[in-house]
Amino acid sequence: MPSLPDMTTPDVVALAERAAASQPHDPHLEDVDLRPAFFDWLCRMGDNTLILGHRISEWCGHGPVLEEDIALANTALDLIGHTQMWLGLAAEVEGEGRTADDLAFLRDAMRFRNLQLLELPNRDMAVTLMREFLFDAWHFEMLTALCGSQSPRVAEIAAKALKEVSYHLERSSDLIVRLGDGSEESHRRMQDALDRLWPYLGEMFVEDAVDKAVAEAGIAPRPADLRGAWEQTVNEVLEEATLASPDTRMDVHQGGKQGRHTEHLGYILAEMQFLQRAYPGASW
Amino acid sequence: MAETLPSVEQVWVWLGDVPDPEIPVVSVTELGIVRDVRWDDDTLVVAVTPTYSGCPATAVIDLAIEARLREQGITRLRIERRLSPPWTTDWITKGAREKLRAYGIAPPVDGTASDGRTAARAARMTGRTNLVIACPRCGSSHTERISQFGSTPCKASYRCTDCLEPFDYFKCH
Ligand SMILES: [Zn+2]
Repeated sequence: MPSLPDMTTPDVVALAERAAASQPHDPHLEDVDLRPAFFDWLCRMGDNTLILGHRISEWCGHGPVLEEDIALANTALDLIGHTQMWLGLAAEVEGEGRTADDLAFLRDAMRFRNLQLLELPNRDMAVTLMREFLFDAWHFEMLTALCGSQSPRVAEIAAKALKEVSYHLERSSDLIVRLGDGSEESHRRMQDALDRLWPYLGEMFVEDAVDKAVAEAGIAPRPADLRGAWEQTVNEVLEEATLASPDTRMDVHQGGKQGRHTEHLGYILAEMQFLQRAYPGASW
Repeated sequence: MAETLPSVEQVWVWLGDVPDPEIPVVSVTELGIVRDVRWDDDTLVVAVTPTYSGCPATAVIDLAIEARLREQGITRLRIERRLSPPWTTDWITKGAREKLRAYGIAPPVDGTASDGRTAARAARMTGRTNLVIACPRCGSSHTERISQFGSTPCKASYRCTDCLEPFDYFKCH
């Protein structure tokens, strides 16, 4: 959504066009050949933050202590804010008149492009925090690279989101160390969480035709290029947390980026999309 | 019919009366979130930047700006969202920082925003950072962080070890 609607103007389309005209000029938005890949890639960014934001928001009102509850709700809120920006731009690139809300609430599971890692259930605080940390470390490197994107619209979203993701990463890495190097039980749970999530991590670095197209257009980095910095952060934090990286493969479960999901995504969407499905167009 | 449009300077003055919905002692212009005011033919355009991406106050702020300007007789108005450059607490005016303190919120200490560095963790975790947040109530520098997050996305929770009162710190961002 390029601008907030003027509540007294009935001609919303003309208003959106004028508002779009005041955005920084981005030739990538007019490149028809690039459009399908650019749209898909923007959905990946937005679906990652939407699904993780939704998972983290499930803790709201259930956090182990009040401060953690508030911190998790704030993190989820940031991620939903990023979703509005990414899916808003995706809708604009698509040019079919859909909005960020349409993309979030009216797509079926096979149209979602998030990493499988992010749709897995929270289980306990260990899995919740370990998943967030492993993603934060990737998210931080991705957004840092995107600040230099040749697409000014992508770069401005990345610059805004990076400020928030910087403190997400600080917070989650601090907690990994605190709990990994904590009590016997917290250590065991953190190691179990790491082992459980490990086979899903490879998907972050696997490149397909969509990644290749946006990389060649100068919009985004190649996924594999983020791996070195990600590993450095993860290894450093895990070592301090006295946790051991499994020596098994990371690229066992993948396909979320292409719309192949675990059974868990359907349950998330059933809850998240219920209102718009049952009462189409409902608003407040 | 040539109707005289109010000057951009006049509009800025009006916007100076629009309070932030969550911290009503400071205005939207003092917070630095109004980035531009201009006329596009006979339509007034106000560019607003969000403080935090998911801040729920954003929509309320836009409504408050719209209501204030309509009250002054502005009929054709467009509120634009501007993302770049991203908002920073450096844009909060000096006067507003004093108002925050008087309201019980410690103002941001510039140059201390998170940068994602894991290297500073040891200092963060033991609370031994160079960051001194003075208690807005008694002025003591003996304070400690309770949580990086507080009642709204822009605040962290602190407590004063002298007067023992908890307080909000407006995080540097
Ligand atoms: Zn005090």
